[in-house]
Amino acid sequence: MEFSAAFRTALALILELDPTLLEIVQLSLSVSLSAVAIAALIGLPLGAAVALGRFPGRGAVIVLLNASMGLPPVVVGLVVYLALSRAGPLGEFGLLFTPRAMVVAQTILVLPIIAALSRQVVEDLWGEYAEQLRSLGAGRLRAIPTLLWDGRFSLLTAILAGFGRASAEVGAIIVVGGNIAGVTRTMTTAIALETSRGDLALALGLGIVLITLVALINAGAYLAGEVARQHAAAAP
Amino acid sequence: MAEGRPPKAGTILPLELEEVSFSAGGRTLVDRVTLSLGPETRTIVLGPNGAGKSLLMRLCHGLIEPTSGTIRWSGAAGRGLSGAAIRQRQAMVFQRPVLLRRSALRNVTYALAMRGVPWRERRERAMAALERFGLAHLARRPARVLSGGEQQRLALARAWATEPEILFLDEPTSALDPAATRGVESALEAFHSAGVKIVMTTHDLGQARRIADEVVFLNRGRILEKTPAQEFFKTPRSAEARAFLNGELIL
Repeated sequence: MEFSAAFRTALALILELDPTLLEIVQLSLSVSLSAVAIAALIGLPLGAAVALGRFPGRGAVIVLLNASMGLPPVVVGLVVYLALSRAGPLGEFGLLFTPRAMVVAQTILVLPIIAALSRQVVEDLWGEYAEQLRSLGAGRLRAIPTLLWDGRFSLLTAILAGFGRASAEVGAIIVVGGNIAGVTRTMTTAIALETSRGDLALALGLGIVLITLVALINAGAYLAGEVARQHAAAAP
Repeated sequence: MAEGRPPKAGTILPLELEEVSFSAGGRTLVDRVTLSLGPETRTIVLGPNGAGKSLLMRLCHGLIEPTSGTIRWSGAAGRGLSGAAIRQRQAMVFQRPVLLRRSALRNVTYALAMRGVPWRERRERAMAALERFGLAHLARRPARVLSGGEQQRLALARAWATEPEILFLDEPTSALDPAATRGVESALEAFHSAGVKIVMTTHDLGQARRIADEVVFLNRGRILEKTPAQEFFKTPRSAEARAFLNGELIL
């Protein structure tokens, strides 16, 4: 009963193009996609650098990266909250309860996932390429962009994993964003709110919309990857 | 010089190894090798499995460091150069070609970029190399979908484009069928007539006979002989080489 009502609600929300819903969807996507973009920009080269680097404590860094994939969102939210709150070290920027604060929190959640997975991808590729690249004259530093490019199809999966994390989490953004209607309310925070209010059909309806969106984005990325793969034909 | 190659100023050859050893895991895999490799000739390294042939190639090319002994490029152009700088004058083709996940053409332009060739010249030089080895029509094809023989020829074209003075090949045809093997051998002919020194390991005695000017015979990490090819195949000096040529198992 709850489910059929939920599907009806979801369908109605989508068909009506409810402006509030659109706003929430748009904010959710822009926050999560921004976080993923920033995390990828940092995480891909970071992962590759850890993969190819030879420095003391490298093992510890890898363990730390891998472990950070499981950071509890609410704890990350709390730490970001403390940093951004008026009395915190970054309080002067006045970011708390803004979408930017949510981007910061989600970037911290997504970064370890992208960095840890790309570390693995690049390290495996390096095993295959190392002798040839050294023979061609590419040192470890020069090998980083080479390996990132040659691993692009596997790395797309790492980025999608990061996007999955960002789009699904509620703990961090609800703490730093505050779930303010029209300002920082996203799909997940709205679902949490409606659930606590008891409007389960609306909550579930929003959930269905969210899952559909995430599926569509993944499908789009998959298709883009496949087209590029056939075009550039990556290897096995 | 074929292809109108401008002659290089000076040479890095000969390559001289003096008492070079390489150990790993408490085992001596290359054992006090002393060897001089002069320019232009085709040197084939023969020996049973595990003799240390591949390691010897990697030591010469500088991919691994010897545990002891010295490796010197004694030619006028080689003095004072080391590591990556001296490797710029060499190329190596591996048993399984390692090609980047990009088009055939971009595999070659990448190598040229690593040599510091200005990007305006890269494409033209890369195309010339592909053409030289009958790969021009595959220039835009992803390297990884080419056949095994085409991939190995692409690896050779990539080496050719960088204009090495010496080319190392580690069992370049062991995974190829006879037609593809012939393609690789005629590519080697092109390198040879361009004056490139060739150092190659092979399992295939027929191939060794076809190509070798001189043979270095290796067993258990030691060089048992370095002999002009005709002499080696007719009257090998060492008992091990005789057994090897007769197809016996050497223990």
